[in-house]
Amino acid sequence: MSDAFGILSYGAYLPRRRLQRKTIAAANGWFNPGLRSLAKGERAMANWDEDTVTMAVEAARNCLAGMPPAAIGQLMLASTTHPYDDRQNAGIVATALHLGSALRVLDVTGSLRAGTSALATALAVGGNALVAAGEHRLAKAASPQEMHYGDGAAAVLVGRGEPIARLVAAHSETVDFVHQYRGHDRAHDYAWEERWIRDEGYMKIVPAALGALFAASGTTASSVTHFCMPCTLPRVAAGLAKRVGLPETALRDNLAAACGDSGVAHPLLMLAHALEDAKPGDRVLVAAFGQGCDALLFEVTEAIRKLPPRAGVKGALARRKEETNYERFLAFNDHITLERGMRAETDLGTPLSTLYRNRDMITGLVGGRCRDCGTLQFPRGRYCVNPKCNALDSQDDQPFSDLGAKVMSYTADVLTYSPDPPAYYGMIQFDDGGRMMADFADVDEGKVEVGMPMRMMFRIKENDAARGFVRYFWKATPAANS
Amino acid sequence: MASGIRDKVAILGMGCSKFGERWDRNAEDLMVEAFEEGLKDAGIERDQIEAAWFGTAIEEQHVGKSGIPLAMTLRLPYIPVTRVENYCATGTEAFRGAVYAVASGAVDIALALGVEKLKDTGYGGLPQRGRGGLNNLFWANISAPGSFAQLAAAYRAKHRVDAKDLKRAMAHISVKSHDNGAKNPKAHLRNRITEDDVMKAPMIADPLGLYDCCGVSDGSACAIVTTPEIARGLGKKDLVAVKALQLAVSNGQEVQFDDWDGSYFATTRVAAKRAYREAGIDDPRKRISMFDVHDCFSITELVTMEDLGISEEGKAINDVLDGFYDASGRVPCQIDGGLKCFGHPIGASGLRMLYEMYLQLSGRAGERQRPAPVLGMTHNLGGFPSQNVSSVTIVGSYGA
Repeated sequence: MSDAFGILSYGAYLPRRRLQRKTIAAANGWFNPGLRSLAKGERAMANWDEDTVTMAVEAARNCLAGMPPAAIGQLMLASTTHPYDDRQNAGIVATALHLGSALRVLDVTGSLRAGTSALATALAVGGNALVAAGEHRLAKAASPQEMHYGDGAAAVLVGRGEPIARLVAAHSETVDFVHQYRGHDRAHDYAWEERWIRDEGYMKIVPAALGALFAASGTTASSVTHFCMPCTLPRVAAGLAKRVGLPETALRDNLAAACGDSGVAHPLLMLAHALEDAKPGDRVLVAAFGQGCDALLFEVTEAIRKLPPRAGVKGALARRKEETNYERFLAFNDHITLERGMRAETDLGTPLSTLYRNRDMITGLVGGRCRDCGTLQFPRGRYCVNPKCNALDSQDDQPFSDLGAKVMSYTADVLTYSPDPPAYYGMIQFDDGGRMMADFADVDEGKVEVGMPMRMMFRIKENDAARGFVRYFWKATPAANS
Repeated sequence: MASGIRDKVAILGMGCSKFGERWDRNAEDLMVEAFEEGLKDAGIERDQIEAAWFGTAIEEQHVGKSGIPLAMTLRLPYIPVTRVENYCATGTEAFRGAVYAVASGAVDIALALGVEKLKDTGYGGLPQRGRGGLNNLFWANISAPGSFAQLAAAYRAKHRVDAKDLKRAMAHISVKSHDNGAKNPKAHLRNRITEDDVMKAPMIADPLGLYDCCGVSDGSACAIVTTPEIARGLGKKDLVAVKALQLAVSNGQEVQFDDWDGSYFATTRVAAKRAYREAGIDDPRKRISMFDVHDCFSITELVTMEDLGISEEGKAINDVLDGFYDASGRVPCQIDGGLKCFGHPIGASGLRMLYEMYLQLSGRAGERQRPAPVLGMTHNLGGFPSQNVSSVTIVGSYGA
């Protein structure tokens, strides 16, 4: 086992629904005919029960899957769309991932390069750190942003061991160039003219950062094999490559056509995508733009051949379902006022003390495993549920989040209130024992069957709109869709 | 060894309000309606009642908590009144309390009264409500139809039944209950329906359509119980006595352990066995004259007839389609129309079922009267198939 330092693993997550851009154009072209020229491809669209935190948890699980357990000392969650202003969002992710309490966590925000800044900081600080970035981006109806943006998350594990990529050089430029911004308490971004952003922003600030990176590290632009430049303005990335002297072949697909621009998460998503394609010796350059520029240059190592297989970005892109209902997109993002019915008025409150006592169970899906009889059970009771055992206080912690399960019974319910009716739920039986009545996520209508394999996903259970509290829990999703 | 309840307590009188959307009546009015009938039927004065059990489940929708609403409404003379709630078995639980009080010798005459006023929510279906602090944080987003609908999925998988065949049998169950309800002046729904109506009705929770679900109603019912000796002393003849009172409550095995497959009610099977033993019945399919089971949903009734040991496991579809449970069949089920036509004012339902058994056993069921019934069984199921309370009650001719 080597003791080198660098990137140990990566992961990605995209919401399954892909809103077709021609659907947006069909809905809003009457108002903004210019949208029709953007009506190509699709954008990832968070389900009603997904946000930055849930997507970051899934990306992090993807990143950690199959990895030897490492003592992670630091977790950063980068986003401009954290669900909480005052509650450590990264702390929710840490609890969902069972990372323990001996942990330094940071929510990193304030700029579209928060993801790369978090990664650069983790690499500079040293130690085992998980850097997650997620974004649930809102945009006004009929805006170009609505077309360009997408929702998603990525995660990178850095630390000592056998890195799949080591950092060659990093450089950051900070310039208060405001190409877009979102003031306090505003839901949407305010953006300036694209031509100015291109000419005065990207084409000047990025070359300065990359020039400084190459100069300081004694490397050359021509040595770069993968250039990750998340910019959706036409021809800007190619223009930058040319100006800086990067090989034309190094320019990577910015994934805009397949999933949209996932903001803070996007540079890390592109990095993960590059690592999926990279061979040992390849050099991956990641740049991120936003009131300056972060630039990180990595060299891929032999260890990439031994990285445990994962869905990664390609798996996330392949896990897709076309969405052609624009009103559903508006409703999920609370952009139209639906008559949700009286059942939606039920106020369950938010008992913080109850949640705290049971945070491992609720946020971490931790149940019990009986030391006396071996029975797995969720939730964990004081007495073992096995009628032949019933031992008192005999259970150790047993996380269920990574255990496979199968559908035992199910329904599609149109009576109960759901933001996306019908509500699918049912009893699932875990393959190793234990069962629960679970909500289902990302189910295709008419495709659920008894015996169908399921896996657990971290999701929003309910939004307590009266108090601005998001309740998270785990749901079962068809394993074939994940 | 306990000797059980068989023939220790007799029904002195019963009352039942008209069930339905009683827009012009408060819960208190419905209670009085049931009580006045019950008191007259018993032939006693109110002050002869020594203790009362009051069943309401969703009390926040109408009368509020405690035994006080019963005592105040009926002006009971400072007697003990216990309010009980046990999901959909609430009415039967009130009855069990009153019967046990008499059987113990603590009182001579006791009252059980259940009521629910569900139609003040502003929407159809049962009132939406919380499940408790921690449960709210992790329970699936289940409704009553959605939880019971899952019986169908698991039953089909286990017995390899085609979805259409099962749905057809479920439809027959609802059609049969509507035929019966049409003959009952106290039922909420008195229209006849066809199997096609059921099959084509809007979906509520797959595969349960609108006509697979019982109604939602306001209603109240009551029973006044005493010892057979006192009943005789009060001039009663042809006594209807309590034969068995059983209740089984889930302990988490179904929902958390691995030995239940989702296709049946583990509780009902336990409660039924105990009830037959308590009543001294060896062959229930031959000996029970009629049933009023908890047909909250058509699939519940179908599965329950197996759990009660009347139909063989996996074979209820045949009995249902053969008309075994029809009014004209061997053992009618829901002869009064059931929950399907009465709706399910939760606190009242168990007592409403007993009311029909009592009328039938007393020969007072009018158009619906069965020839010489001897034993009648009622059954309630509260909660969800995966965790529930199940009550099984047998009443019959005293000494039979």
